[in-house]
Amino acid sequence: MSKILDNLRYADSHEWVKVDGDIATVGITDYAQHALGNIVYVDMPEVGDEVTQGEDFGAVESVKAASDLISPISGEVIEINEALEDEPELVNQDAFENWIMKVRMTDPSEVEKLLDAAAYGKICEE
Amino acid sequence: MEEKLIKTCLHDRHTALGALMSPFGGFDMPIQYKGIAEEHNAVRHDVGMFDVSHMGEVRVTGPDAYKFVSHIFVNDVTGAPDGQIYYGMMCYENGGTVDDLLVYKVNDNEYFLVINASNIAKDVEWIKRNAEGFDVVVDNQSDYYGEIAIQGPKAEETLEKVLGLNLKEIAFYNFKTFHIDGEDVIISRTGYTGEDGFEVYGSHEFTVRLWDKLIEAGVQPCGLGCRDTLRFEVGLPLYGDELSEEITPIEASLSMFVKLDKPEFIGKEALALQKAEGVKRRIVGIELEGNAIPRHGYPVEADGKQIGEITTGYRSISTGKSVAMAMLDKPYDKLGTKVEVRIRKKTFPGTVVKKRFYDKNYKK
Repeated sequence: MSKILDNLRYADSHEWVKVDGDIATVGITDYAQHALGNIVYVDMPEVGDEVTQGEDFGAVESVKAASDLISPISGEVIEINEALEDEPELVNQDAFENWIMKVRMTDPSEVEKLLDAAAYGKICEE
Repeated sequence: MEEKLIKTCLHDRHTALGALMSPFGGFDMPIQYKGIAEEHNAVRHDVGMFDVSHMGEVRVTGPDAYKFVSHIFVNDVTGAPDGQIYYGMMCYENGGTVDDLLVYKVNDNEYFLVINASNIAKDVEWIKRNAEGFDVVVDNQSDYYGEIAIQGPKAEETLEKVLGLNLKEIAFYNFKTFHIDGEDVIISRTGYTGEDGFEVYGSHEFTVRLWDKLIEAGVQPCGLGCRDTLRFEVGLPLYGDELSEEITPIEASLSMFVKLDKPEFIGKEALALQKAEGVKRRIVGIELEGNAIPRHGYPVEADGKQIGEITTGYRSISTGKSVAMAMLDKPYDKLGTKVEVRIRKKTFPGTVVKKRFYDKNYKK
């Protein structure tokens, strides 16, 4: 059974968002890391890149395949989790602790379109 | 339309072990049990086993068996002792590859062909069509045989213990038929991992019993996920990636298996011409700088244009390097050539290298 945190919002493409003012921290969910298996590479955006809700901003790669990362919100990338460059397997160890990017949101109301923990939990059960 | 997937005789065992299952070649196959890296390392350093019951088996018997196998197979089985195995391809007249396969010589009048799961129907049809005029019987026995591959440095001692047999006398690329539990079981020293190991062919019932005994002996079950990473690291081709109806064995850099000095075989003229004139493109290795991972189908570029594409790519589990096999146009196939691999929105620099990223560890 994968872990879902109550205080986060979720995209049906299995990314999570933690909102703090207009700053969004984004990662992939425990369900996603489990489905991917051994993560060997995280292709992250660069600081300063613009990301758009619903569009890809990178990829997370298991041994077998690459999966696109879909941005749950729009804005400017202000920080990436550089630890993942050398240790992508951290995402397997704790997908909620090991975020991928921080974004200054241009439209914080986009968060309202995302799922809450209960709704996301249902998607994972399907 | 959803195709109904075939289950191998070990399907129940895979689901009971909690394997991640996925369609492959029309079969519902285990991709991984514990994790691709763990299973990969079990085979490289200890012993692992694979359900390869999806592979096809075709028995060719009759007075013309030698003549017929020579006609459809690019490698040369002339003068082979009984019990010898050959790797090679069947090709179309234009040199494109029908399939790559193993040919087991039982005797001059009997050969056992092991073909790829995804190609069984196509191969059997093609073999039968070309058998016209030859005094042979072509028998597709794929539904009868289950097959387990036991691979790794401890494969021999493990399988000897489990079966109570002496397997040391079976040399590399040789096989023996044993009578076990009232049936004939074929055991060959072959595999698709670059490690020492065996492939065991028997009835479904025998195969399930053997699987259970190997599990009891502590052998790591391995899925198709690491089967691909293992074969890739030692530069072995996979039909559909490095070989296809459009790719000849010469283009796949497998000319060593194409014996152009044979009097005749299907595709000889086209392949001889290609060999003489030189191919326009060829499978090579690429080593990437950095961590990005090249995948099947990604474009390879040089001099501002696309010069080929990736056929298989991984972060090598054994070496940690980002490496790939790729089909590249001449003259970009030369060792040391600098190329760029397009991965999503960016390109990453790489160098053309030999397509062997890890040394084979065969017991010859």
